[in-house]
Order: sequence, then structure tokens, then C-alpha cells
Amino acid sequence: MYEFEFEKPSTVAEAVAALADEDAQALGGGQTLIPTLKQRLAMPSKLVSLTGIPQLKEISDNDGVLTIGGAVTHAAVAEAAAGSYPALADLAGHIGDPAVRNRGTIGGSLANNDPAACYPAAALGSGATIVTNRREITADEYFQGLFETALEEGEIITAVRFPVPEKASYQKFLQPASRFALVGVFVAKYAAGVRVAVTGASEEGVFRWAEAEAALDADFAPGALDGLSVDAAGMIGDLHGTKEYRAHLAGVMAKRAVAAAR
Amino acid sequence: MPKDNGIGASPKRREDVRFLTGAGNYTDDINVNGQAHVHFLRADVAHATINSIDTSAAEAMPGVVKIFTGADFAEVGGIPCGWGVTDRHGNPQQEPRHPIIAHDTIRHVGEIVAAVVADTVEQARDAAEAIELDLTDKPVVVDMAAALAEDSAKVHEDLSSNLCYDWVFGNDDDDAVQAAFDSAAHVTTLELVNNRLVANPMEPRVAIGEYSRGTDEYTLHTTSQNPHVIRLLMCAFVLGLPEHKVRVVAPDVGGGFGSKIFHYAEEAFCTHAAKACGRPVKWTSTRSEAFISDAHGRDHVTKIELALDSNNNFTALRTNTMANMGAYLSTFATSVPSYLHGTLMAGNYKTPIVQVNVKTVFTNTVPVDAYRGAGRPEATYQLERVIDKAARELGVDPIALRRQNFITEFPYETPVALTYDTGDYVATMDKLEEIADVAGFAARRAESEKKGKLRGLGVNCYIEACGIAPSNIVGMLGARAGLYDAATVRVNATGSISVMVGAHAHGQGHETTFPQVVADMIGIDESMVDIVHGDTGRVPFGMGTYGSRSIAVCGSAMVRATEKIIAKAKKIAAHLMEASDADIELKDGQFTVAGTDKSVAWGDVCLTAYVPHNYPLEELEPGLEETAFYDPANFTYPAGAYACEVEVDPDTGKVTIERFSAADDFGNIINPMIVDGQVHGGLGQGIGQALLENAAYDEDGQLLSASYMDYAMPRADDVPFYQVDHSCQTPCTHNPLGVKGCGEAGAIGSPPAVVNAVIDALKSGGKNVTHIDMPLSPARVWAAMNG
Ligand SMILES: Cc1cc2nc3c(=O)[nH]c(=O)nc-3n(C[C@H](O)[C@H](O)[C@H](O)COP(=O)(O)OP(=O)(O)OC[C@H]3O[C@@H](n4cnc5c(N)ncnc54)[C@H](O)[C@@H]3O)c2cc1C
Repeated sequence: MYEFEFEKPSTVAEAVAALADEDAQALGGGQTLIPTLKQRLAMPSKLVSLTGIPQLKEISDNDGVLTIGGAVTHAAVAEAAAGSYPALADLAGHIGDPAVRNRGTIGGSLANNDPAACYPAAALGSGATIVTNRREITADEYFQGLFETALEEGEIITAVRFPVPEKASYQKFLQPASRFALVGVFVAKYAAGVRVAVTGASEEGVFRWAEAEAALDADFAPGALDGLSVDAAGMIGDLHGTKEYRAHLAGVMAKRAVAAAR
Repeated sequence: MPKDNGIGASPKRREDVRFLTGAGNYTDDINVNGQAHVHFLRADVAHATINSIDTSAAEAMPGVVKIFTGADFAEVGGIPCGWGVTDRHGNPQQEPRHPIIAHDTIRHVGEIVAAVVADTVEQARDAAEAIELDLTDKPVVVDMAAALAEDSAKVHEDLSSNLCYDWVFGNDDDDAVQAAFDSAAHVTTLELVNNRLVANPMEPRVAIGEYSRGTDEYTLHTTSQNPHVIRLLMCAFVLGLPEHKVRVVAPDVGGGFGSKIFHYAEEAFCTHAAKACGRPVKWTSTRSEAFISDAHGRDHVTKIELALDSNNNFTALRTNTMANMGAYLSTFATSVPSYLHGTLMAGNYKTPIVQVNVKTVFTNTVPVDAYRGAGRPEATYQLERVIDKAARELGVDPIALRRQNFITEFPYETPVALTYDTGDYVATMDKLEEIADVAGFAARRAESEKKGKLRGLGVNCYIEACGIAPSNIVGMLGARAGLYDAATVRVNATGSISVMVGAHAHGQGHETTFPQVVADMIGIDESMVDIVHGDTGRVPFGMGTYGSRSIAVCGSAMVRATEKIIAKAKKIAAHLMEASDADIELKDGQFTVAGTDKSVAWGDVCLTAYVPHNYPLEELEPGLEETAFYDPANFTYPAGAYACEVEVDPDTGKVTIERFSAADDFGNIINPMIVDGQVHGGLGQGIGQALLENAAYDEDGQLLSASYMDYAMPRADDVPFYQVDHSCQTPCTHNPLGVKGCGEAGAIGSPPAVVNAVIDALKSGGKNVTHIDMPLSPARVWAAMNG
């Protein structure tokens, strides 16, 4: 690790001010950032911890919208959403291990936008709104490729608003080593239509599978996906699976998600 | 009635109290006054010429004590290889210099290029970033077949090629072997890969070198399975130091699995640098460094052929293997694919003709050496896979085919140089069929099919040669060391006992089992006996722990030393009771005179030895301490039969292990609970190899699976509850305890069972897949099903 300053403000305004310094960086649960620092792959001048800001740790459930503060841990989501949004709770409850879930935060995960991470599938699959200290960003605009998001320098995710669907499910096929998603599919059925988001698979990061959405709009049943497949061409191929395998898994996991949706 | 004390009892592991309560003393827990820290700058390219290294900016950085490069070690020796293999033409293996720090050429990612000693680790890392390297890339050799091609670039310019040796073993008459194949009724051929593994002990390697200007003595604390061997290799071959000036201590060690047998550059570096810097020098490996600097395991590519007659009797076996050495020869690298592998190719079967061909190959990768099982898993995997394939081709039951070809008479001389002293493969197979409930498999398969899963049953046998080894035999085969072991039993005046043992415990539970033996022999409580291990300053000598040898070899030395103790104690007791020592009996810690009611307690005899007021001083020295060295007469041959049941998800290719049963014959057993644990651990590693683990390189020589993000270790939920049985016992005929060793069996015996089971499952699903290379990841299984 290189040396850095450390601040732990208690309001968003203070955090924003602290982040104005050159090369200052927000610190959520540190589950991605701290290993990066240990490997000397990043050299922030200052870390601004967001976990001491009460506002970022709030969770509320109003009029069918579940709002989760940007610094809420995976474990807290798993607990708080169990009744209102079980698919989301289930997703959060299966990220990493207990140590990761008790530290890692939703804001950190979405800001990082790892192509194999779980939360991006939930946010995109739910048509969530990413709320920052500056603006509100729809999930469809927010995710912009591998580790790329619409966030600007110094912008903080303060909350994420999830419209609660009629039913939903997240099915994750584990990458054997990291146990991130080799392919994860989030399916959510809303009155306005079905959303299907696929993570882990694509070279462009999380994406919506439009064909599957259309088929499920017509008939929300696993069989509706028979014969559909994503194009292997844009998929990730690596040690753990070829492009073809990932494309195939997207179909399998989507069907399983439809079958398991509740 | 299970015993609660002594041999055959299962007392809990006494060492676990300190391990589980954070009171262990691992090398990294040790901090020496005034110590500096070293950070090794490691190569991030696989093959390059070092044109120059500029350390001037780095030297001026805060906290820097001294920076070393290859030039500083040009005068000392290289890391030695402990085994010289002679090739099929009688030539010695090619043996390149293995420098402490790369001198003019980098040969693998992870090789040390420079070493920065500084006040703190972070300062050393900062300074390392300021070192300027001027490198010219050289062509990288990764693939073994390509490395052997005539026009391949060479890993070592000063060698004639990338071939370390081309070795033949068993029947070396090619024509005779071919004739056996030509006249066979059936020949089964299989090509397979034994995947490269990273050992991944929980504790990464650590070394602390110290030097005393006052006494000219060195101390090295290191994470080693065999501190005496490290001292010998480092003193005699690398640094040229007299052994009596060097103490090597391996305190608590958090797992080794073979990877901590070897003498590593970092150990010699810290020892040397302590004197050069005038300060103790400490190094603690990061996990990332461990991936690219700990010796890797396995990495064989094999073609195996099995010939059978019209009655399905095995008539001949021939193998052709390429084994990866990596860029340099690690300490026992050349023995693993040769004598630890070729000698096991007969397996449990009476195949009359066996020919083993092995080419070992240099590549621009991390050195490869022994890993739990070392050569024997590679042998077992090929053999038990090809037998399974033959059974399927012939449409016969794989268990029946094995049974039909079992060796049933002992001693049995194999065509590959071993003499199995004892065994009963029918008994272990019977036991396996019982504990695995083979009869109930069809019903379980039907249940799985109802869930949409394919279920398979895979069975295999294994035999291993453990308790390495008779020194004269291994000497003939190229070992550059003896492989006896030693123990000193020191009885204290008040009757408690310290046993200084040459074996080193790093997870095996010696601190519990060894006292069980001594306590049993004398008839005292185990709590009166402790072992001392892992310190050349406290233990007379020892060759260390590997090859399931601790109880068979060091335990035998301990028995011999204890016998000497008892013999002397009887003389003292005889004197005290005014009897003849021939009439003295020792039972339950009491010496008695046969046919009388006279008795004297163990403690009184011990006290007399040290307070010899009433003592036969003319005939007997005072004191009660004895040493024995034990050189085994033969290897020991644990053997058994394993069964694995898997479910395969046909949609994803994901394999889950539903049942795993192991019937082992380890001869006599000291502590059944610890044996269970050793088997469980071995099975976990074997299952890890079969399903998950893979050290994969890209063509540039970069390790793709260089962290736990990509290197899949087995976790608790990857393995099932095991059915483990070791009630079949044919005691070893040539060591005093009748023990065979149990440390590696699980890792040796399990991979073929897993793969055989998956192939069986796929077959039940109508997929005629004959082979999938390990690890059987979901992606590979799915690809095979849809290929
Ligand atoms: C062993 C292990 C297993 C894991 N398994 C999974 C898994 O299965 N699935 C999965 O999805 N993830 C997994 N993760 C990742 C985990 O979910 C991380 O917690 C998450 O990716 C990052 O969240 P964090 O709060 O720790 O962020 P940090 O590491 O603190 O920060 C990550 C990045 O986000 C930025 N940041 C943090 N908070 C905010 C914010 N509120 N606004 C703007 N920027 C912010 C930081 O500046 C940094 O760039 C795993 C991690 C580990 C270590």
C-alpha cells in the first residue's frame, strides 16, 4: 500500500468536500478497493470513508419502492429486503462470504461495476434509479461497460431506488474460483413488462436481454425461452468458460430464474 | 472397547489447542531485535536477458539498508538438485545452474531479479519500484511438446536442449514390449493431462536470517518440512558454511503438502544477507508471491496403453509421459516423474510387462516438484483411468476387471523394481463395496434421474510406496541423500520424556501420535511424553516429513531408541531389586521381577538414573537418554480402493460429489481419528485436483490463475461427508510398528475415482465421452457433452 490520508465524515456534504482533493477516493466497505491498494494498483492521496454517514445507511420501503442507502452492507440488504424484495435479499445474501457481506456495500459494488458482480444485474433488472449527490441516473444509463459507469469524478452514490416487482429471481452460476457470477441472470416481472439482466457473461458488462424480455412478456414461463440464445460473439471467454458456454448459461440461468421467480 | 491411551487410541490432537486459540508460534510471529525486511523484485516477464540493473535511485530511498542483485550471488553456489537421474542412454540429467538471484537471464515469471533490504517492508517495496531494469525479451517456452521440438528456443542456452532427461524404466526392450501389444486381444489407449497445481498451504513461506558477529553463528527460521535438510543443502551447496555454525529452526508450520520440502532461494538469501547487512533479515511471502515462487506440482502429459488377452488379463502396459520441470530443477524435481512415478506403474495388478517412458522438460514456468503424493498420484491416475476405459470398451464391470487382475500373493516383485511386502486388495475392495453401498447405486441413480441429474459411480484402486526409503536403494537410483531418520529419547530425572524427532509436524499431529507410541511402550500416561521437532539446535538429525514417512521411518527410530531406554531402565531396575535384568518385566510403568511380588516404578528408575547413589556405576553410565537412527529395509505399501458418486447437471455440466468412500489398508494404526483426518484432507486435495484446481499459463508464460480469483481451491461445500474405513490391516512386515503411513493416500487415490464417476454419469445420459482432462470444471464437462 502507498501512504494516504484518511477521513471519515458524517455527512454527505463533508464527504463531497473531502473528495474534492486531487486523487481523493471514496471508500465503501473496502472489499474491492483495499485489495487493490495492497497490490499497489491504485495510489489515492486520500480515502474518504462513507460508512460513517448515517444518511447513507438508511433503508426505506415506500409505495412499492425499496430505497437502499449507498453505504448499506450486503448483509443488511439481505436482512432488510427479505420480506419486501426477496430476490434482491437473496442476491445480497449470496455475495462472497460473511466477512465480505458485512463490509461490502451496494454503493461500492455499483460504483465498481465489476462485469461479474451481482448487484449490477439487480439494478438493471429492476430498472433501479441510482441516486447520487448530484443527480438521479436510471440503471439503463448508468452501466457503461466493464468497470465503467455514468459516475463522474467525486460523485457519490447516496442511494439506490428499486421498484419492487410482482416477482423476481436472481440465478447465479458460480465461477468456481472467485464465486462471483460466471453468469448471473436477474429476471423481474413488472406490470409494465419483464426485465432480464445478465451479468458475468458479456465483454460489455451487465446487459439486458431484450429477446428474452419480449418472450417473457408474452408468456412468463421457462418454456417461453426455448430456442432463444444470446450471441456468443460478444461474450467473455476465459479460463473458466468459453464464449459459447457463457452464452448457453445465460439461457439456462434465465429459465431457472423464471421458474424460481416469486 | 476403544482404548483411551496409547497405540490405537484417539486422543484429541494436543497441538490443536494452541493452533485454535491463536497461541501457535509460526515463523511470521517471530520478530528479531533490529530486523530489517527484504522485498524481492520478481520478474514479470517469463524470459529475458538482463542487460543492466540500475539500483542507484533505489539505494537513495528512505530506509534502504542494501540492495542485492544476481552479481552479489555469482560467487556462491546455486540451489542444488537432490536427485540425479540417469537417462536411457546412461547419461546424467541436464542440470542447469539455479541461481539465488537471476544473474544475466530471467527464466520465469516470479524469479527474483533483485532484493531490497530496508527498515520496513513498505520502504523496501517503495525502493524496489525505483529499480530500473533494462531487459531484452527472449522467446518464451511454455508448452512441453513445443519445448522438445528441434527448433525450439532454449530455456537454458548452455544446455543442449530443453530436455532434462529421457528415461525408460521397467522393461526397456522396446521390441519385446511391442510384441506383447501386437499379440494382445485388446489394447486400450488413453491420452491425458495431469494438471499443474499450486500447493497453497494456509501459511505462506517465511524466512528470517540472523548472524552473530560474536560467535560467527547463523540462525535461519524458516517454514520448512525438513530443517536439517535445508541446513545441509544451504551450507554445503549454496553458501559454503560449516554446518556447526548454522542453526535452522522450523517452528509451527501451517501446512506444506510438499511445497516446503525444498530449499528455496529466499532461505539462502536471508541467511547470507543477515551477515552482509549486519542485521537480521526477514521475508514474509505474500499470497501473490506464493503463486509464482512456491514450487508447483504435477504437470504431466501422458499417453498410456494397456494390453489385455482374450480373458481380459492385463498383459502389458506402456506409458509415454512428458513432465514439466519448470525453468530450474527444484530440490527433488527429477525424482518425482522418475522413481516416485515409474515404480508405481504396476499398481495393484499383476501385469507382467510394464514399460515407463518419461521425458522431463524445461519451460519458462515456475519450477515443479513434489506435491502431496508426488509421482504416485500421476501413476495412479493414468493406470486407473486406462483400466476404466478398457472395462467400458470391453463391456465388463470395472470392479470385476480390477479384481481379476489383482496381485494376491505377497511378497510380490513388480516389473518396476519394487517388492510389495504385504497387502490384501481383495479385502479392501470388499470393504469398499460394502461402505460405498455399491449394491444400492442403481436405486440412487434412479432418484437422481428423477431430479434431472445424471449419476455416476467411479471406482479405483491405488497403491503407494511410502516410508521413503532404504538409503542404499535410493542411492542406487540417484538420490543424493540418505533417507533414514533419527530420534533421541531423553528421559528426565522425574520420569517425563522429551523425544527429539527428525520428522517435522506441520499438520500431521505428531505431537499427539508420537507420544502415544512411547507411552504405550513404557506403560505411562501420554501426558508425560512430549516431542521436540523442527530445530537443528535441539534435534540431533532428521530427514524430515514427506512421502508419508514420519511414523514409518522416524517412528521406527523412536521405537528403537525407546527400546534402548527400556533395556537400560531394566538394568537399573534389576539392580534396585537385586535381580537379573533378564527377569525384569515392564508393564503399566512398573518394573517387576518375574515370579516375585517385587516391583519398582518407572519414576523411581528414572530418578535413580540421574541420582545414582544406589547404582551399578561400574557397568552402567548414569543418565537415561538414547538415540537411534533407523534406515528402513523396504518401502511401505499402503493400498486401498476408493469410490466416488457424482451427479452431473446436464444443463450446465456442473459436477457435485454426492458420496465418497475410501477403504484403506495402512497396516497398524496409532490414532484412528488422526488417520481419518489425514484421509479427509487428502481426499479434499484430490477432489480439488479433479474438479477445481488448475495452474494455467498463457503462451507468454504468465500464470493465468495467479490468485484465488482464478485458482479454485476446494471449499467445504465442494466435498461430501466421507465414508472412510481402515479396518483392513495387513501390517508392514519390516518396521517395528507394522505401520505404512497414511498422509498421501487420499490425494493419490481420489482423482481417478472422480473422473471415472463423471464418465460413468455421462454414459448413463447417452453421452459417449471417453475422457475429460482435469479439472472437470462445469465448462469442460459441458463442452465434452456437447462436443
Ligand atoms: C472474497 C470476495 C468475494 C466477493 N464475491 C462477490 C460476489 O459474489 N458478487 C459480487 O457482486 N461481489 C463480490 N465481491 C465484491 C464485493 O461485493 C465488494 O464489496 C464490492 O464490489 C465493492 O463494495 P465495497 O463497499 O467494498 O467498495 P470499496 O471496495 O470500498 O470501493 C469500490 C469502489 O467503489 C467506490 N465507491 C465505494 N462506495 C461508493 C459510493 N457510495 N459512491 C461512489 N463510489 C463508491 C470506491 O471509490 C472504489 O472505487 C466479493 C469480494 C470479495 C473480497
